[in-house]
Amino acid sequence: MGLLSLVTFIPVFGALIVLLIPRQNEKAVKIVSAVITFIPFVLATYMWGQFNYTMSGINNEAQFQFVQHFKWIPAYNIEYFIGVDGLSFPMVWLTTLLSFLAIIASWNINKAVKGYFALFLLLETGMLGVFVSLDFFLFYIFWEVMLLPMYFLIGIWGGPRREYAAIKFFLYTLLGSVLMLIVMLALYFNVKDPVTGGHTFNMLLMMDQSNHSGWLLGVDVRLWLYILLFIGFAIKVPIFPFHTWLPDAHVEAPTAISVILAGILLKMGTYGLFRLSYPIFPDVAVKTAYMLAVLGVINILYGAFVAMAQKDLKKMVAYSSVSHMGFVLLGMSTFTDAGMNGALFQMFSHGMITAMLFLLVGVIYDRAHHREIDGFGGLAVKMPIFAGVATLAFFAALGLPGMTGFIAEVMVFIGTFSVYRTLTILAVLGIIVTASYILWTVQRVFLGKLNPKYENISEISGRELFTLVPLGILVILFGIYPIPILNLFRASMTHLINLIP
Amino acid sequence: MTASEILKMMPLIIVLATPLITMLIIALHRNHLTTMIVSVIGLVLAIIAIPYSKALDLTKIGELLIIDNYALFYFLLIFTATIAIIIPSYPYLEMRFKGNREEYYLLILTATLGSSVLAASTHFVSFFLGLEILSVSLYALISYLRQTNEGIEAGLKYLILAAVSSAFLVFGMALIYSQTGKMEFNALMQFFSNSSKLNLISIVGLVLMIVGFGFKLAVVPFHTWSPDVYEGAPAPVSAFIASVSKGGILALLFRFFSQYDVLNSKPLFLIFALLAVFSMFGGNFLALLQTNVKRLLAYSSIAHFGYILVAFLAGNNAQNFKGVEAATFYIVSYFITIIGAFIVVGIFSTREREAMSVSDYRGLYWRHPWLSVAFSAMLFSLAGIPLTAGFIGKYYVLASGIDNQLWTLVIILIVNSALGVYYYLRIVVEMFSQPEEAAETKHPSPSVGVMTGLILAVLTIALIWLGVYPTGVIGAIKISVMGL
Repeated sequence: MGLLSLVTFIPVFGALIVLLIPRQNEKAVKIVSAVITFIPFVLATYMWGQFNYTMSGINNEAQFQFVQHFKWIPAYNIEYFIGVDGLSFPMVWLTTLLSFLAIIASWNINKAVKGYFALFLLLETGMLGVFVSLDFFLFYIFWEVMLLPMYFLIGIWGGPRREYAAIKFFLYTLLGSVLMLIVMLALYFNVKDPVTGGHTFNMLLMMDQSNHSGWLLGVDVRLWLYILLFIGFAIKVPIFPFHTWLPDAHVEAPTAISVILAGILLKMGTYGLFRLSYPIFPDVAVKTAYMLAVLGVINILYGAFVAMAQKDLKKMVAYSSVSHMGFVLLGMSTFTDAGMNGALFQMFSHGMITAMLFLLVGVIYDRAHHREIDGFGGLAVKMPIFAGVATLAFFAALGLPGMTGFIAEVMVFIGTFSVYRTLTILAVLGIIVTASYILWTVQRVFLGKLNPKYENISEISGRELFTLVPLGILVILFGIYPIPILNLFRASMTHLINLIP
Repeated sequence: MTASEILKMMPLIIVLATPLITMLIIALHRNHLTTMIVSVIGLVLAIIAIPYSKALDLTKIGELLIIDNYALFYFLLIFTATIAIIIPSYPYLEMRFKGNREEYYLLILTATLGSSVLAASTHFVSFFLGLEILSVSLYALISYLRQTNEGIEAGLKYLILAAVSSAFLVFGMALIYSQTGKMEFNALMQFFSNSSKLNLISIVGLVLMIVGFGFKLAVVPFHTWSPDVYEGAPAPVSAFIASVSKGGILALLFRFFSQYDVLNSKPLFLIFALLAVFSMFGGNFLALLQTNVKRLLAYSSIAHFGYILVAFLAGNNAQNFKGVEAATFYIVSYFITIIGAFIVVGIFSTREREAMSVSDYRGLYWRHPWLSVAFSAMLFSLAGIPLTAGFIGKYYVLASGIDNQLWTLVIILIVNSALGVYYYLRIVVEMFSQPEEAAETKHPSPSVGVMTGLILAVLTIALIWLGVYPTGVIGAIKISVMGL
């Protein structure tokens, strides 16, 4: 079995192990889960060491790394075809890291522990599978597999309105996957495998326009398929106006699940655009690029303004995600070197920063049992370490120089300024709004006089600190020296830009 | 009849002999458990006979029957499904019925015989005989719990409607016979394919037959009996109607039209397409707000037969049987899920009533985690969520539809699957939501027997196995439909 398959499937085997542990032995369940999620992280880090920075991937199987390719359901030419390139590998690594940290952050789960950790491990396999699949059918399967555990994790272990939030999340994403299914089948029947002459689900063959049938080359058909696929991914990002499931899901989800949701799942939408929409329909992507940029700016501004109006701390962070994902969209709509790399870097950086923010909200919620921003005040007096880490995370989110958020946003702006001047200026205004709501929040929660209710609030614990510190270090490290990450992207992104006419 | 013909028919003969032997045993020594075990042994023997029968070259048995790979495949499916229904019936009857329980197995076995005759028939006579053996057994089975009003009501409803539909069918056959002088399917299809010979009477005959088929399959607008019957019948019998009984009729439908190019015949295509569209929308919309699990499964089964009709339209002989292949796979996955779902419903029934209301399932996960996981797997498969057999089945149907450019039907099917997810999910949500403390005591607290649990586990594993690695079954189906 290949290394990549191991990384992908170790969690699901772990889920089986967890199910076999006796119910009373909750400690064992947690420890086993932590060990199981740590192994893929170690393997992924090892793969980073082996990663060849010059191989581009995208549409050329020989340029992919850690490839595994064999038949799965021959009756429908469905293949087990996985591999990574500069586009997917950073996401794989980030997924393994955040999954491990999220397991640690789930330590205080005490309801149906076995079920929670088993579902979580299944979820990790689903996420990793989405990032490594190079066969559309396989991609779709993993995409859907992810849905179910997510649905249960929100619906069973969530907050008071969890059932509503879970079903809303499920129906929205299901709509997205149904649209994706239509596009997948339309592509399957209209893309010819040049070797066998049969139909194929191979994404790389779909990217070669000369394999497309006459029907699939029609201008209208391409536009429609692109739009359907786009909506499928837009729901996941989420792009305005498909974002309404996000605040509900985030507010109700348990802390660790919010971390995964914001840190990984949102990235899948933009990853799908990079992986499928762009290379398969490059002509339509160019034609609709301006619309995408406009949507990006709407996300940035709308998300920021709505975040400012929130009273609930977690909802505020959720809307800030909407805003930050806007930068990804804006960057990717430019097809410039800086813009595309910036977008990918923003995906990576936001994955870490937003994970920190949700973890911090979790810490405070576990102590105060509410999340009203105005209900705190002066917490820095009693929790100086917590306040320090939180301030770091908040500053990273507003794009303070020296941290990853800044690098990503600057790259996006450099890329977009030459292409869409007005939109860039509007987006820069978004930064000001972001800064204001974040500073305002920091001030209301940590500064000022200590709210007497929290006279006895306890400082952040070692375990909680353990989940936050690695992310904090990485945010600063890659903020000062982003080259290791940028090197990962470069070959793939350059190649992708060349594919776009 | 030669010796090899008898050998070829061995699976059918064993299924015929089992109820007779059972009858004798009941006369000598009336015991519930013995009867159940004898029935299961009979079915197992019949399954063991299938490979021997397959090894023999000859297929046609006189004018009436044909035991080809297709028929044998359906035999295997029908017998296995019956075993999976019979075993959980034992605790169910022990709990819910005080009278003579032994005759139940007799009736199930004769119904199985009828259904398998349908799968092997190539002639109006064997077709009608098979159908009547099946239906008459079902009349009694549906109202087997005769102490309940719903049971009697359901039995009566089924009796009247099934008799009427049989009348339609037999009248249609008679009209066709009067024009063609033939009762053999292949000869009939040759007649219908040659449009110059068609006249009003033969067309009316065919339409009447389709009405008959429609009733038996419960597709809209001939569906009205099914929710009441599903609700009133004992849970295992509902499973039997949904799977074995309808499966046999579908097998016959595919064989009947196997040499006829339905896709390119305007009127027939239109009739079946409308049936499919009405069934998909009708079934799903009616299920959407249903709070009774058994009725919900009845309505959803209407929708599922709409999906199967789409595959049926997408091809028989002229399209290399791609459509029949897809439909057969769908039937296999549907058998597994619907039987599993009804077993769960049966397990939750109490002496007084069956667990029919969705609210009976509230918080099930917290009381019976494994049972609720199995039930969820069944519901997810019905909804067509990946990694379950239902998804591969639905994908198979979609693919065969798109292959033949049936875009309208395909899009309607996709929209309907999304509708379906909503109501299946509602039950799942109920199962996983927290139970209210006060209501705790009201819930039926089931005990799952070893055998029933085993069957349920096997079904669940089969469901996921087919969803992950369907290649083996697809291969078997391909071989079996080739000779149609």
